[in-house]
Amino acid sequence: MSLINNFIKFDLNETTRKSIAEYLWIGGSGKDLRSKARTLPEPVTDPAKLPLWNFDGSSTDQAPGDDSEVILRPQAVFRDPFRGGSNILVMCDTYTPAGYPIPTNKRFNADKIFNHPDVAAEEPWFGIEQEYTLLQKDTRWPLGWPVGGFPGPQGPYYCGVGADKSFGRDIVDAHYKACLYAGINISGINGEVMPAQWEFQVGPATGISAGDQLWVARYILERITEIAGVVLSFDPKPIPGDWNGAGAHTNYSTKSMRNDGGINVIRKAIEKLGLRHKQHIAAYGEGNDRRLTGRHETADINSFSWGVANRGASIRVGRDTEKAGKGYFEDRRPASNMDPYVVTSMIAETTILWKP
Amino acid sequence: MSLLNDLVNLNLCDVTEKVIAEYIWIGGSGMDMRSKARTLPGPESDPSRLPKWNYDGSSTEQATGDNSEVIICPQAIFRDPFRRGRNMLVMCDAYAPTGDPIPTNKRFNADKIFSHPDVIAEEPWYGIEQEYTLFQKDTKWPLGWPVGGFPAPQGPYYCGVGSDKAFGRDIVDSHYKACLFAGIDISGINGEVMPGQWEFQVGPVTGISSGDQVWMARYILERITEIAGAVLSFDPKPVLGDWNGAGAHTNYSTKSMRNDGGINVINEAIEKLSKRHKEHIAAYGKGNERRLTGLHETADINTFSWGVANRGASVRVGRDTEKEGKGYFEDRRPSSNMDPYVVTSMIAETTILWKP
Repeated sequence: MSLINNFIKFDLNETTRKSIAEYLWIGGSGKDLRSKARTLPEPVTDPAKLPLWNFDGSSTDQAPGDDSEVILRPQAVFRDPFRGGSNILVMCDTYTPAGYPIPTNKRFNADKIFNHPDVAAEEPWFGIEQEYTLLQKDTRWPLGWPVGGFPGPQGPYYCGVGADKSFGRDIVDAHYKACLYAGINISGINGEVMPAQWEFQVGPATGISAGDQLWVARYILERITEIAGVVLSFDPKPIPGDWNGAGAHTNYSTKSMRNDGGINVIRKAIEKLGLRHKQHIAAYGEGNDRRLTGRHETADINSFSWGVANRGASIRVGRDTEKAGKGYFEDRRPASNMDPYVVTSMIAETTILWKP
Repeated sequence: MSLLNDLVNLNLCDVTEKVIAEYIWIGGSGMDMRSKARTLPGPESDPSRLPKWNYDGSSTEQATGDNSEVIICPQAIFRDPFRRGRNMLVMCDAYAPTGDPIPTNKRFNADKIFSHPDVIAEEPWYGIEQEYTLFQKDTKWPLGWPVGGFPAPQGPYYCGVGSDKAFGRDIVDSHYKACLFAGIDISGINGEVMPGQWEFQVGPVTGISSGDQVWMARYILERITEIAGAVLSFDPKPVLGDWNGAGAHTNYSTKSMRNDGGINVINEAIEKLSKRHKEHIAAYGKGNERRLTGLHETADINTFSWGVANRGASVRVGRDTEKEGKGYFEDRRPSSNMDPYVVTSMIAETTILWKP
């Protein structure tokens, strides 16, 4: 194995100016990530200077066999933590040969919203808390759980340490450094309430960049679990019963909210969100009804509520924000399998553009 | 797997100024340690300049769900032996949003005692001998013990060497170096009388810093046992019968005790401790009555005794100290699961501040 690792870690900078670009895109389910690599004649860091590419959409449920080419358009570049050197990861979105975004391309619409002058003026910041569960590869049972049984009840695992409380930390720590290396604004990690469940946070990131960074962070995580021989799950309620679900709480602020008097802007924004609760919930991830039960630190899916420091509400305002009279708030409704392009742009659209 | 290790060991110093800070606190049981990490814009060596943070106290039995934020305040910084580089481990204590210490925050009161001018003037030094037992993860039976049975009786194991006498040395040795790297004053290690039981010592350390360092050393130990797949126990009597318990003997001296004529100050201090035996015992760790039986190198829990070189006494004065007429003494009563903030500050309070 060590000979193979030597080749994987080869530093090509001494022999060639060529670099490798891994093009990433979201597949036909809206949740599966795909990627393939190509050689570039020399290092590139600007997505606008990268060539368009294409892939076989009939193999990802994104095009019919007789008209299968889907165009990949580079949108964001990150350093490749797996290949090192001057090699890159390239987040792309997808278009028909005629130049139209295909239906699963949610970035296109999000970008239009973020480019609206009223939205751009508000500099919307997002901090997304991505939760996920690690599963044993062959049994699909959570990592560290006894096969055919259950660990002791929740309590000791949140931020826990020790071989009987923390399962998979090497994956989490490798991911943290890999994302920092890649240039992703990963702001932290923690062990979650359900054993084998973890969380990382990306942000604050402005506008469309939040979605780009979160998708690439998910890709890096799945590459790392692939190395570790463990299966990654973004299911919002991986184990039914007295076990927490997995969410993607989305923290949000605009320029007005961050300035003096912002708390009033926040209240108005929360009120608008309350008026569009059903529309948001419909876009906040499949299967969320199994997670948003009103128990396990969630609010019931059918009712909208908010509170300061209240983890059982749809929206939580932090004590710091309350005290300072300005800041940000947390939308706790999105599921772990949400599309960050959809969620971030919808929150911006409802709170900045929409008039009730 | 080596690819995973490469990522975990990535040196980010060339790529970014950012550092990772692991914030560590004590959970609701008063013994469970919790931690989570955040990204900071640059290195920092002064804990008072690190940002305060908060966590979900409802998940650690330290707050309710509708008012769940608990504030953590950085108190001491150590180098992170797991992430290395400029990354850090930060020992914190916990406060309600109002600013009051929460009930499980024992550091706050200890700090008040150590800040008393009379106590500061005496420069109290502590050397704590932390004993602990290693367990097999799935059977909860001590490491190296035959499952369903017992090893040969105690005798060969104290400071022993050999695969039939020393179980888990790799954990102990990596902990030793990791602590030295972190900046903890770890003064030594040894294998204990019961097989699978070990000891490390932290000190001499002055005042509140002793508690900070012992808690951090415990955290590092549990991170290492997590990596090794063994379970760490601080139970004072892990196996019933003719097997030693685990303690946290606390060696103590003040400036007066270390100076000429100190032996008289020591005698006075021990006399004061004898008058508050019940109060100290109540604060010296849960389950201590299973350990302090009068057998296995302990004194009976109900009687206070002291002697030179006497390991069957509550307090032991070393022969060196007796010979030189100055030095320190050893309080052998605290159990392995004691809170060093409580024990160190109580010894200082009784011997320096308390008037009988």
